[in-house]
Amino acid sequence: MKTKSILAALAIAAMAALPQAASAKDISLLNVSYDPTRELYKEINVAFAKQWKDKTGDTVTIQQSHGGSGKQARSVIDGLKADVVTLALAYDVDSLYDNGKLIPLEWQKRLPQNAAPYTSTIVFLVRKGNPWKIKDWDDLVKPGISVITPNPKTSGGARWNYLAAWAYALHKNNNDDAKAKDFVKKLFKNVPVLDTGARGSTTTFAQRGLGDVLIAWENEAYLSLAEFGADKFDVIVPTESILAEPTVSIVDKVVDSKGTRQVAEAYLNFLYTPEAQKIIAKNFYRPRDAAASSAATVKLPELTLFTIDEQFGGWRKAQKTHFDDGGTFDDIYKP
Amino acid sequence: MSAPRRRNSIGAGPGMRAALIGVSLLFMAVFLVLPLLSVFTEALRGGFGKYFAAILDADAIAALRLTLLVALIAVPLNMVFGVAASWAIAKFDFWGKSLLITLIDLPFSVSPVISGLIYVLLFGAQGLLGPWLQAHDIQVIFAVPGIVLATVFVTFPFVARELIPLMQEQGTEAEEAARSLGANGWQMFTRVTLPNIKWGLLYGVLLCNARAMGEFGAVSVVSGHIRGLTTTMPLHVEILYNEYNFIAAFAVASLLAFLALVTLVVKSALEWGDRQNPDEVRVAGATL
Repeated sequence: MKTKSILAALAIAAMAALPQAASAKDISLLNVSYDPTRELYKEINVAFAKQWKDKTGDTVTIQQSHGGSGKQARSVIDGLKADVVTLALAYDVDSLYDNGKLIPLEWQKRLPQNAAPYTSTIVFLVRKGNPWKIKDWDDLVKPGISVITPNPKTSGGARWNYLAAWAYALHKNNNDDAKAKDFVKKLFKNVPVLDTGARGSTTTFAQRGLGDVLIAWENEAYLSLAEFGADKFDVIVPTESILAEPTVSIVDKVVDSKGTRQVAEAYLNFLYTPEAQKIIAKNFYRPRDAAASSAATVKLPELTLFTIDEQFGGWRKAQKTHFDDGGTFDDIYKP
Repeated sequence: MSAPRRRNSIGAGPGMRAALIGVSLLFMAVFLVLPLLSVFTEALRGGFGKYFAAILDADAIAALRLTLLVALIAVPLNMVFGVAASWAIAKFDFWGKSLLITLIDLPFSVSPVISGLIYVLLFGAQGLLGPWLQAHDIQVIFAVPGIVLATVFVTFPFVARELIPLMQEQGTEAEEAARSLGANGWQMFTRVTLPNIKWGLLYGVLLCNARAMGEFGAVSVVSGHIRGLTTTMPLHVEILYNEYNFIAAFAVASLLAFLALVTLVVKSALEWGDRQNPDEVRVAGATL
């Protein structure tokens, strides 16, 4: 008798649940990203899932994978099923076109602002009180200063670091490439360890206590202050630096085989909405939407920023000259 | 013996003995006990509430489940392989034997990262079998099968390496006797060979298991690092550490250490049980 009524109740519950089950879908997306965006996308994903549920009734779960930007791109090329990539720089996304045609050549034209929904720059993190009086890029090449930066072969942040230093030296030396190379070579003489990603370098500097100065993403530097306490480190802003434009794209080959194109596109478009731009500002990135800056946790400093296009003729060229096998980095860095 | 009092046959006096014991204990304390203690103290820095919250986190449980699954597949596979290979090597002479021994050692001599890369080069989208796998919608690397494959690869010498010298030393006399007394192949294996090798086998399985659960390098290359999906416990520890979540990182690390301790306890319990009633085993070896 009792079992019967329980069964009946279950049947009714199942029937009530059925129409919903037929229309509401469970979707999962994989966002393959670079190293310091862990906290940012954790927050973005929650906001997007809520918005998507309100709009369509579907439950979307966004899985995250983080690591050095170049390494992450390599994984996607090797078959990691990323619906979207949100990488540190355009060249790493370009490589998805170059190797296996996972995306179209003109992927950057599909979203506003060259598919870079937020920007950042490169600054220095030093120990509290700045014991070595580090003020600008010049101070990093002084003998005896220990500099922490990740490996440009695998990390996107490291490539921004490298090019920022290179461009600074160019400006100081009337655009003399040989002198710039010499400058960067001296800088890397001061680097005791190369981690594969920016986050690895941050923990090396902040947690393990290695090095006198960390060349870091601005967002990563301010996050370190928030995580480890502002009484431990100081952020030093150099006189000039590079405008870092992390770029995003759907991975066409994956979304078309999984049938997730619509939600993946919505996810990336969401990054440009005021709601997401505020989350971006809150997490120490520079939002594209000036109005969102009011949500920023700290007021980001103003400094002279040059772009990769004006200084190096775009990422493809910069990658080939500096980071591909036989590029300037291979010349400079011989462990 | 005509040696002086308290001096044993190898001529080591009490001073020597104390020094040896002291050095061993000091070494153990510095390299084993201290790090282990620091893992547990770091994990409990925020109190038991935070510790259990970290361990019961959905992603941590998923990592634990994946780690156990991988060990559950890799260890029995390598047990069967290890016994078969060491049997073949110890009891038979055949062409290419030394090549087989060298190949078994291969995973020890190549870096785990290279082991992982081999699978990427083989099964990756750009790899040898990649296009075929993609056409049939089979995901090997950046998914559980790849993690299992990489783990099997790096752990496969453990059982065989443990058994080969043991079986070589034991020779084939006991088996030959069993056959001449009318045992069939299976009887010979279960009643003679297995009892003779069981401690070596157990030890090999434990080492294999420890490595399977703790492997980082090879698994890291083929994992894809998708939180809660393709992260084993060592990888999850790395993720937590990288997210400045130090308490949780050490909590999961302590869980991993705890699993290792459990396997050691199981081994000791088995040994103890054997010492309590050793008859059948010893007899089996002795009478034949």
